Amino acid sequence: MAKMVNLVIDGKEAQVPEGTLIVNAAKKVGVYIPVFCYHPKMEPVGMCRMCLVEIGRPVINRETSQFEREEDGSIKIQFSPKLETACTVPVSEGMVVRGFSEKVLSGRKDILEFLLTSHPLDCPVCDKGGECPLQNLTIDFGPGKSRFIYDNKKHLAKHVPLGELIYLDRERCIQCGRCVRFQDEIADDPVIGFAQRGRSLQIVTYSEPGFDSYFSGNTTDICPVGALTTSDFRFGARPWEMNSAASICQQCPVGCNLTLNVRRENKSGGNFVIKRVMPRQNELVNEIWICDKGRFTYHYTESPQRLTQPLVRKGGELVPAVWDEALELVATGLKEAGRNILTLASGRLANEDLFNLHKLTKSLGGKAVQYTEMAGGDLVAQVGVGLGTNFSDMGTGTAILVVASDLEEEAPIYWLRVKQAAQRGAKLIVVNPRPTKLDRYASHILRYPYGSEAAMMLALVNALSAKRPELPEAARSLARAGDIEAAAKAFAEAESAVILFGSEGTSLGASRSLAQACANLLIATNHIGRPNNGLIGVWSRANDQGAWDMGFQPVDDLGAAFRDAKGVYIAAADPAGDNSSLVDALKSAGFLVVQELFLTETARLADVVLPAQAFTEREGTLTNGERRVQRYYPAIPASLETLPDFAITARLAQRLGFDLEGRIAMRVMERLAAEVRDYAGVTYRKVSEISEQWPIIGRQDLYYGGTSYENSQGLGVQLQSAAQRGEPVPLGWSQPSVPVSSADSGLVAVPVTRLYDRGQTVLPSNLLALRIPEPYVALNPNTVAPLGVQDGMMVQLKLGEIIFELMVQLDYKVPEKIALIPRSMGVPIFGPTLAEITLVERAKA
Amino acid sequence: MSEYILLRHRTIPDLNQLEVYRQHDGFEAFRKVVTTLQPDEVIELVKASGLRGRGGAGFPTGLKWAFTDKKAWPHYVVANADESEPGTFKDREIMEKNPYQFLEGVAIAAYAVQAKAAYIYLRGEFWHIAAGLDQKIAEMEAAGLLGEKLFDSDYRLRIYTHLGAGAYICGEETAMLESLEGKLGQPRLRPPFPPSFGLYGKPTVVNNVETLSNVPMIIQKGAQWYRSFGTEKSPGTKIFCLSGRVYRPGNYELPLGTTFRDLIYTHGGGVPGDHKVKAIMAAGASSSLIVATEEALDTPMDYESVPRLGAQLGSASVIVIDDTVNIDWVLYKTLHFFSHESCGKCTPCREGTFWMRHIIDRIHSDQSSAEDVQLLGDVASQIKGKCLCALGEFSIEAVLSGLERFDGDFNARVTNGRGEELAHG
Repeated sequence: MAKMVNLVIDGKEAQVPEGTLIVNAAKKVGVYIPVFCYHPKMEPVGMCRMCLVEIGRPVINRETSQFEREEDGSIKIQFSPKLETACTVPVSEGMVVRGFSEKVLSGRKDILEFLLTSHPLDCPVCDKGGECPLQNLTIDFGPGKSRFIYDNKKHLAKHVPLGELIYLDRERCIQCGRCVRFQDEIADDPVIGFAQRGRSLQIVTYSEPGFDSYFSGNTTDICPVGALTTSDFRFGARPWEMNSAASICQQCPVGCNLTLNVRRENKSGGNFVIKRVMPRQNELVNEIWICDKGRFTYHYTESPQRLTQPLVRKGGELVPAVWDEALELVATGLKEAGRNILTLASGRLANEDLFNLHKLTKSLGGKAVQYTEMAGGDLVAQVGVGLGTNFSDMGTGTAILVVASDLEEEAPIYWLRVKQAAQRGAKLIVVNPRPTKLDRYASHILRYPYGSEAAMMLALVNALSAKRPELPEAARSLARAGDIEAAAKAFAEAESAVILFGSEGTSLGASRSLAQACANLLIATNHIGRPNNGLIGVWSRANDQGAWDMGFQPVDDLGAAFRDAKGVYIAAADPAGDNSSLVDALKSAGFLVVQELFLTETARLADVVLPAQAFTEREGTLTNGERRVQRYYPAIPASLETLPDFAITARLAQRLGFDLEGRIAMRVMERLAAEVRDYAGVTYRKVSEISEQWPIIGRQDLYYGGTSYENSQGLGVQLQSAAQRGEPVPLGWSQPSVPVSSADSGLVAVPVTRLYDRGQTVLPSNLLALRIPEPYVALNPNTVAPLGVQDGMMVQLKLGEIIFELMVQLDYKVPEKIALIPRSMGVPIFGPTLAEITLVERAKA
Repeated sequence: MSEYILLRHRTIPDLNQLEVYRQHDGFEAFRKVVTTLQPDEVIELVKASGLRGRGGAGFPTGLKWAFTDKKAWPHYVVANADESEPGTFKDREIMEKNPYQFLEGVAIAAYAVQAKAAYIYLRGEFWHIAAGLDQKIAEMEAAGLLGEKLFDSDYRLRIYTHLGAGAYICGEETAMLESLEGKLGQPRLRPPFPPSFGLYGKPTVVNNVETLSNVPMIIQKGAQWYRSFGTEKSPGTKIFCLSGRVYRPGNYELPLGTTFRDLIYTHGGGVPGDHKVKAIMAAGASSSLIVATEEALDTPMDYESVPRLGAQLGSASVIVIDDTVNIDWVLYKTLHFFSHESCGKCTPCREGTFWMRHIIDRIHSDQSSAEDVQLLGDVASQIKGKCLCALGEFSIEAVLSGLERFDGDFNARVTNGRGEELAHG
């Protein structure tokens, strides 16, 4: 319990923990001291001098160590002759702060006058207008006229692309340094900085491509002026013209809270369009940040390629149809399939969609299959982190183990949260075949050969076990690795521990073994059943956990499953597009209905295609990797002929004689909560509840936290794990994996995840074109030295029987004899696979 | 000067050769401290001598060394050889002509705070001096005066030189530390101060070259001997850098307390022609302008007396301005300097020095009005008390004192804004 300090700020009494900065103590009692360079999430620097205030301190008699008193008995307060910065001075007992005296107001006016001397009069054309701290503070405290001669103004470049995503206007910049400090302190991508000095101080980028950071968009939120803008939103709209809707990012399992800003537009025929994606504050999930993928990949929802009406196959072709006809055809097709129905759904759907799909499938006696390459969601329900878990609470005393994941690529905000926990003292144990950005913060790093992830985790369990059970061969050599004892000990002895497991180089089977091995380690060290303890899956999609919770499980052989089925109902999955070898299996599957946003490869094979709504057009809930159920709201009206997935399924069910809720998502949740045990008590009201968060941002004092939105629409509800409910969770058998030996074969290709891939939700965002790689293979230079392969060359990669032509990226951090193939870039790879590389034959003359 | 403490090479030829330096008791002080004194005893000795920082602030040196936080290790010593204050050229003479005394001072300071590594930060333009020092350091290492197990004790020390790249702000101690660490040369927030949080966050003593060069003689001859020079509160000698309108500009090592008159007329030979001293800048460009009354000329140059004239002694870079000079020209020079050198970190200095430069440009080119003169003073007053470091605060000293004490010079420049001279009585 921190010691409390009493002080008076502008007549208001404040009692705050020791160490609190004056500017924050003031905010807590409703006194808003203007700042520019200070930001509550970063270290203070005291450079803009905007927060200068008068500070008085009690006078202590040096001899007696007592407070000196005035004649009337009150404690004598001595005010410093100079103004001091409120952002750098911590509170002290008996302090008296004046934030609005004449001297302070005069000083504040002076600083504003200085800032406005060369600041361009761009307000009419500047994107920040309307949400600009400099505008607001100038009105409140600034001079009405400028005494600075226009011709003397310092002129600097005005449309500087710091990379193509973020534009810099150097004239508007007030050199507060927030962007540079954010990149240094928070994002750990020091790719921008100050160059030159004095009035010529300006921001430059050092990286190629420019501003090479997955978090670059956040700098436009915290920039107090219109110096940094995104190329997505520049010249797009005025803040006061836009409406807001609360949403949840659909790109990864973190579940960042978003605010979508929308506006009606002439050029869209009077329709609402999304102008930009902004972060919404949720200190339990994403704080006030989002990654660039979440910020810049909403364009697919507005793509002209979106399905707008049902399609049915007539005469071998897919032709538009009305819903009645389409649904009737589907009902007939599924009825004919009898019990031989397979429903394939993915974590791209909301809980409500998945619940209805599962219910319908089970009512028909069919199989509910999850489209995923990762296993373990059922284990997360048992020993996952649950109610009360918050990365912000993790620090000294917590161990965080991250296995088989390049966390910054798989879930950037998880990387950020874990990194910050490590900086607060958490022991970070990184277990991965190759170095990643997370290594910098690790207290222990363990390496294993691709394919041996489960064996490595078993070796860790073994290191702790007094009995030392017989280890499978695969694990034995790993167990001898030096640091394993220390890492295991650090994990076991920590007060709290979580494990995040990803999909670096794993197949579905390997993922299954890995998840079980991780669960075993948690159970064996009793790190389950309490907040901040347990398993977290770094899933491929936003709602994979929801899919598991609703009862969808993956199968090992999807092709066989298709061939066995007489009716296949696919929602939010494109197996044919991801793996062309499944096309034949799908063709033989009997009746095929596909519910989708786009006419995918799978949809082209269907008998009926049903157009679904995107997340921007409807409501729903997602369950994130920390098992928090969060609600998203519609931002724009959907096109009239599309329906939300749960509604489509409900209408189908009706025709098949089953009663499912299909009118509004809230009612689906009511049924869901009644039937899915883990979700008991979850209601739309509950997930919409909010409580005050610190720091308080998004209010009138935009200068304080930036333009991230305050959260008034819900913080979500975190579910309990089975362990938290006190249910017994036994150790499970984990098939120990074998390292994929490459000693003789030469080369093994393994799948890895990249944040920007060529998936259908990313490619439509044109502004990312330069950041989305062409299909490539990453290799260690030593692996291909004998072939004479150079960086950027094209090679032929033989995977199984198929040959792919790919660009080569050479990287010493890739283990030798391994080829990294990023997923969702056109090369179907579902686990470590033997491969061969040859140079592309040059053009035959 | 009867007995040089610092510029001893002026009476001893070739003092910058190691053998010659050793012949004149060179490194005996260092040997004495390492072999017979405890680090704290060295600090007490320097405290007793009353030595004050010669870089401009005049802070008691022994006290600064005593503030080094003994709970955090390692400790560092950094010698400030940035010497960028206009009108200052003393440190370069020491480093060129009496380098071993300076290096010995660094070594003793390092021993006193138990530092194993010391750095000399030189302004980028001193690349040839740095090369020379590197050579001297190598010779010291070869002679067993630096390195491991010095004088058969457990103490070890290495000294390194480091070059800046042309920024006056890197003479500010925390900006210097930032630059040494390879970062942008901008001052840090203070508190914390270098003795608790310095180089790489460790306790660091930063001292001026001249300050450190006093130390070997103090150790050799004792605190009382040192106090026999100068005044009670400002003991010792000071190298006064005399420049401007005098016959003999240059470095003059004199006891603190010597008067301006003595320095300018007796040593500097007075002002050429029939001209009289009009103003004195005692602390280089960072000075208030002292009106050169008879009383002013008779004021002793020490840290206590000069403030009576509304100025500071600073680094004692005495620039003499005579009646041929219009004060607006003086401000033109200083404001161009400060606006060029501002690091840009804090708003008032970054924007204010830029603004003042534009105003003085107008005044100096006869393009200004009376409002401009008023504006110059207003802007300077607005900057005052708000800056992150001393550069901004000192940039206004000449402006405010110049406008107040030499307003006639400005009125003479003022036109009606159209370049036409106004009639003035």
